[in-house]
Amino acid sequence: MSNPKSAYNIPTKKSKSNTHIIVVWVDNEAGVLARVVGLFSGRGYNIESLAVAEVDAMKNISRITIVTTGTPQVIDQIKLQLKKLVPVHKVADFKREDKNVIFKEMALLKVVGNRSKIDKCLKACKTFNPVILDKTKKSVVIQITALRREIDKMNKKLKSNGLISTSRTGAIAMTRGSEIFK
Amino acid sequence: MSKLYSGAEIVFKCLEDQDVEFIFGYPGGAVLPIYDELKNHSSIKHILVRHEQGAGHAAEGYARSSGKPGVVLVTSGPGATNVVTALTDAYMDSIPLVCISGQVPTHLIGTDAFQECDTTGITRPCTKHNWLVKDIKELSKTLHEAFRVATTGRPGPVLVDIPKDIQFAKIKYTKPKKEKKSNGKLHNNFSKEEINELVDLIAKAKKPVVYTGGGVINSGPEASESLREFVRMIGFPITSTLQGLGAFPGDDSQFIGMLGMHGTYEANNAMHDCDLLINIGARFDDRITGKIDEFSPKSKKVHIDIDPSSINKIIKVDLAIVGDVNEVLKATVKTISQKKNGFKNSNKQNVSKWWEKIEKWREKNSLGFINSKESIKPQHAVQRLYELTKNQDTFITTEVGQHQMWAAQHYKFNKPNRWMTSGGLGTMGYGLPAAVGVQIAHPDKLVIDIAGEASVLMTMQEMSTAVQYNLPIKIFVLNNQYMGMVRQWQELLHEKNYSESYSEALPDFVKLAEAYGCKGIKADNPDELDLKINEMLDHNGPVIFDCRVDPNENCFPMIPSGKPHNQMILGPNDKEDNKITGKGKALV
Repeated sequence: MSNPKSAYNIPTKKSKSNTHIIVVWVDNEAGVLARVVGLFSGRGYNIESLAVAEVDAMKNISRITIVTTGTPQVIDQIKLQLKKLVPVHKVADFKREDKNVIFKEMALLKVVGNRSKIDKCLKACKTFNPVILDKTKKSVVIQITALRREIDKMNKKLKSNGLISTSRTGAIAMTRGSEIFK
Repeated sequence: MSKLYSGAEIVFKCLEDQDVEFIFGYPGGAVLPIYDELKNHSSIKHILVRHEQGAGHAAEGYARSSGKPGVVLVTSGPGATNVVTALTDAYMDSIPLVCISGQVPTHLIGTDAFQECDTTGITRPCTKHNWLVKDIKELSKTLHEAFRVATTGRPGPVLVDIPKDIQFAKIKYTKPKKEKKSNGKLHNNFSKEEINELVDLIAKAKKPVVYTGGGVINSGPEASESLREFVRMIGFPITSTLQGLGAFPGDDSQFIGMLGMHGTYEANNAMHDCDLLINIGARFDDRITGKIDEFSPKSKKVHIDIDPSSINKIIKVDLAIVGDVNEVLKATVKTISQKKNGFKNSNKQNVSKWWEKIEKWREKNSLGFINSKESIKPQHAVQRLYELTKNQDTFITTEVGQHQMWAAQHYKFNKPNRWMTSGGLGTMGYGLPAAVGVQIAHPDKLVIDIAGEASVLMTMQEMSTAVQYNLPIKIFVLNNQYMGMVRQWQELLHEKNYSESYSEALPDFVKLAEAYGCKGIKADNPDELDLKINEMLDHNGPVIFDCRVDPNENCFPMIPSGKPHNQMILGPNDKEDNKITGKGKALV
């Protein structure tokens, strides 16, 4: 139950950190992302990835998806502190292991090499919905969608087959089934 | 067709509709249109400070002593950056402030224009919310929203940044909307079950303690009334944080003194040994808890707070009740009253053993000190000040340091909103401008800033403000020629290496007072102290009182860093030498 955030506490026992995906619905106004990100840096929380875009142009709502790690107490604090921000409407929190939630990330991979190298790459990407967005004689740009750690793996694996540049989004999340988060 | 108003006029129309009587400010290029408009609004009085930080603290003092939001008006760039300390201070101590800052015209934003700074960027982490008004259409809505955010839920500072061209632009004025109270940011939805659970815990407790904080004060004077009723009904001992002093009468036998780093022996031991801890409107600050791992190890913990993020932030609690203190206490008192069969009496018997133990701790007289005939002991000075002023309704502000703790320990408060001190941020230089704000809110009351000579010099320029507006504030300086708390820590933790903590080349405070056009009094020895204090009280005008005290006095009792509540240093009379060792030294 001890929290390492007190000036008095020399942390002795560390509780276990978990990865959580925090989804925040905010008014799409100037500075709102700075408020959310500033809250994380100011209070020493961690951001692993961040994805943000407007999702409702009529109501002017943006959806921010943040992947973070922390002890249960820290995750609780993150949610409660986020809810205090004036432009924040609601906050959802999913564990990475949660089977009822879909997590996806997209990556663009640029591979330069001969035919066989490119084919090898395409083959390796097969399970991650590869789409070829651009192709020349000696290069290809592949789009894949997958989990964060799968993309991490591909990123490593394809290096030897001519992968020279990777661009990736932060994770986004959606619950399965007909329910939505209220 | 309705009339068009300039942005500057709209600022004042909003202030009028929000019943603002005073604004604390300092003019400058980017707020000139607003200052130009001031003359047309006789119901609003502007108090000209000498530094924007002073404006912020004065507004804090005004807000704390009156319960109304303090309003600050500053210019762009340095005007805004100077007020940042006061905003942070208000944020830490949950004081409602509305700060209006000028900004360079919208077309110049981002060009590094003269006196431009990213005000909303700089103040984002130290306000509840802030706004840059880029469109005149947004102005009146934003200002009304600013007042709402500052004063509802857990109060705090907000800032509205208004570019100069917006102050000139013209538009129709819209009145504030009468809003429903629930807006998602207000949290008053505690349940009947939670109250019942609390009442059950109270009935079962054998060693309970009530620990109250600034939330009781912020909940309004009614909350203090409810607290008194509640605590007298259940007969429990009650302790308070620095910010909560005055919510429960300081001279009541149920009050066991302040707790925490410089709290009483009985309060800290009660916190450590209790079996039920009821936290009302406090936030388990590190000055209170001491070592977290050994904080109140045997107790069930209840936390009543309006801010859900305060719950389980530092200390995990067994029962959390999120709501306004007054509402929760009223509901609890009602529930207890409804229970029949002499619940009240049996409950008091339950805790009689506990009271015996507390009385034993009390006998230690942990606030005691060895008085002297030769030199004025600072504790003695505060005690005399209390005895000579307790018969009138006195408002006390402080700076930060030893004098602040002595004031908290030895001055007894019987009413809320009489004690204004910078707790969370610990801002030296808070007390003098805060006294200015308090005196503005209560022109006929006695307002004293119990100060240290180092702190008070940080905002000394505000004496000029006091003189300008005939504010008879009394600056009672406990002058020990040291940054006393720094010196004390160096003595206890750094082998008496008093690095840079001696106040070299101090001014002659009497002459300084005279230079400002007010009265200066100096007291050197204990015999003349009462006489001199009365001279100060009798003077109808601002006074700087140079009280020359023993420079080597330390503030005890003290929980050393990294130690739990039951390991206190009790001062010169204490036999066990409780040394601060090892990792404790690295803590603040």
